[in-house]
Amino acid sequence: MTTILDPTDERVPVERQITARTGDISGIVGLLDIHKPRGNILLDELELLLATRYPKVELRRYTKPTFAKPCPSDLRLQIRSECDYLVEALAD
Amino acid sequence: MSVAPSGFSLTDLSGQTRVFPTGRPSLICFLKEDCNTCNLVAPILEAFHQAWGDHADIWVLGQSKDGNQILQDRHGLTLPVLDDSALKTSFAWGFEIVPAVYWLDERGQGGPCLEGFVRDEWQALAQQISADLKAPDCGVVWADLPDWRPGCGSKHLDPEIHERLLAEADNSPIRARRIEIASSDDLDEFMFDQGFSDGLPLVPPTPERVLRMLTGTKRGSQEIVAVVPPNMAPATVEKVAINAVMAGCRPEYLPVVIAALEAVCTDEFNMHGVTATTMGASPVLVINGPIRQKLGMNMKLAALGPDNRANATIGRALRLIIRNLGGAKPGGVDRSTLSTPMKFTMCFPEWEEGSPWEPLHVERGFAPSDSVVTAFAMTSGPVQIVDQESRQPDQIAGTLGLGLEGMFLSKIHRMPVDALLVVCPEHVKTLLSDGPYSKARLRDRIQEVTRRPLRDMVANEISGAGIPLASAAKMTDAQLDMLVPKFSSDQHIHIVVAGSEAGKFSAAFHGWVTGPAGSVPVSRKIEC
Repeated sequence: MTTILDPTDERVPVERQITARTGDISGIVGLLDIHKPRGNILLDELELLLATRYPKVELRRYTKPTFAKPCPSDLRLQIRSECDYLVEALAD
Repeated sequence: MSVAPSGFSLTDLSGQTRVFPTGRPSLICFLKEDCNTCNLVAPILEAFHQAWGDHADIWVLGQSKDGNQILQDRHGLTLPVLDDSALKTSFAWGFEIVPAVYWLDERGQGGPCLEGFVRDEWQALAQQISADLKAPDCGVVWADLPDWRPGCGSKHLDPEIHERLLAEADNSPIRARRIEIASSDDLDEFMFDQGFSDGLPLVPPTPERVLRMLTGTKRGSQEIVAVVPPNMAPATVEKVAINAVMAGCRPEYLPVVIAALEAVCTDEFNMHGVTATTMGASPVLVINGPIRQKLGMNMKLAALGPDNRANATIGRALRLIIRNLGGAKPGGVDRSTLSTPMKFTMCFPEWEEGSPWEPLHVERGFAPSDSVVTAFAMTSGPVQIVDQESRQPDQIAGTLGLGLEGMFLSKIHRMPVDALLVVCPEHVKTLLSDGPYSKARLRDRIQEVTRRPLRDMVANEISGAGIPLASAAKMTDAQLDMLVPKFSSDQHIHIVVAGSEAGKFSAAFHGWVTGPAGSVPVSRKIEC
């Protein structure tokens, strides 16, 4: 743990901010399986739901080689360049 | 010496919590395991405990977790050994040397602290305890002990530990929000992610570093230095220090950063406008006076370039304050079309000793012995002015004038805009080759050689800038033939000397809108 002092006027909370929600889904949605057991089942179900509810959205599947290591940078760059959104299935 | 100022709650080696004051008389002794004198007194304290433990609490407060166990094992201690490895109690009680022993009453109040080991003092202490408790002597054979042994510096005074304790203390000068970053997180990346950076890596502003930075000024940490536009955020000395740490400043630079911030946050300098303009203006800081040498600033070879820590980081600290506190970020209030690398940092000292003229700060009304920062709002620079051939003073002065003529656009004249001319030593030498050559004469010469007829400023097929054709049509030939210099007043030409003694290359910074609607140069004395 390292402590640093806030250099700003402290009007904005210091947190990892989530991206602003648009209220809609469009474009390309990536579904990332990190290779944990049954993550693919969860993503199959999610893909079905999304395809039914958002027929115009394109869905793409990605898989990490192993959940035990960070995502390879090539795959990360590929996802970033191809997708507008990404759903990552973390648990088994 | 100090009197026990505060209660505490600490854990002994068995895991039992011990709270002070205890409601009984207490002997509190701070020890550290690797101190020979502490090891000398540990058996004495055990003897005290054996003799008086039924009537008083005889406690050792050890300063390291592992060392406490070693002390207990080494001396067969049965008295409670409490864990003060966090050193907060040591810090709060304020002694300097271990062993430090206090004899205190039921309420935790008491007499002086004994530091180190002076046999007579310890013997007298034992007699006093015996008398106070109306209990028999402790049985220590004092004659077998040395007359005197020095103690060791208490661990809480180790510089890095002491700074941390100071930062965490109730009366700490640190008031800024603390941001805790998990060890699994990358600190540098975190600071980038939070938007704290100008695009370059930052020095993490830990409380210890900020405390060290605050030693650079006598001003209180919560004093307001300035209100920083565009957010109009109050900048305390502490906030200035945090950003100065991030920029890479040393503590002795802090007074310069403070003075620079005061200068740019004036109505005259108009930092809001300087930030917001699409033209891309930036503060340019010129440092004068003895502080140049004190900080080891570079005023000679490569004075306007990289590599000198003070030159580089003072300007950067100002920039970080403006963006982090003031909120001046590109895409927000900063609307610069192209912006300028001067916004990263632009700070240099005048080489007063290489100048035949009054230094800038003396010209502006300060004493030569004052240290002063002068802030200019500049949009371009440094623009080189090259002349390796001229050997006559008026020729060099003429070259400097022609070099300045390009400011904004060469055809535009009679401009109410500031310029900062940095004359290099070789050009100074040529200027002085026939005797004195005053700044006033140099300014006159610049104005003289840049005089052009107004008709040259009229919009034409080459450039539509300048006097509109419709306006020109209403002017007489005599009016159009009137010669006008580059600057509307020679007071817009600011002159300093800097640079290497080899090379005939001067430089100029070109200003922004000058005057009440724009920015006026501001000087502030640096209070060390």
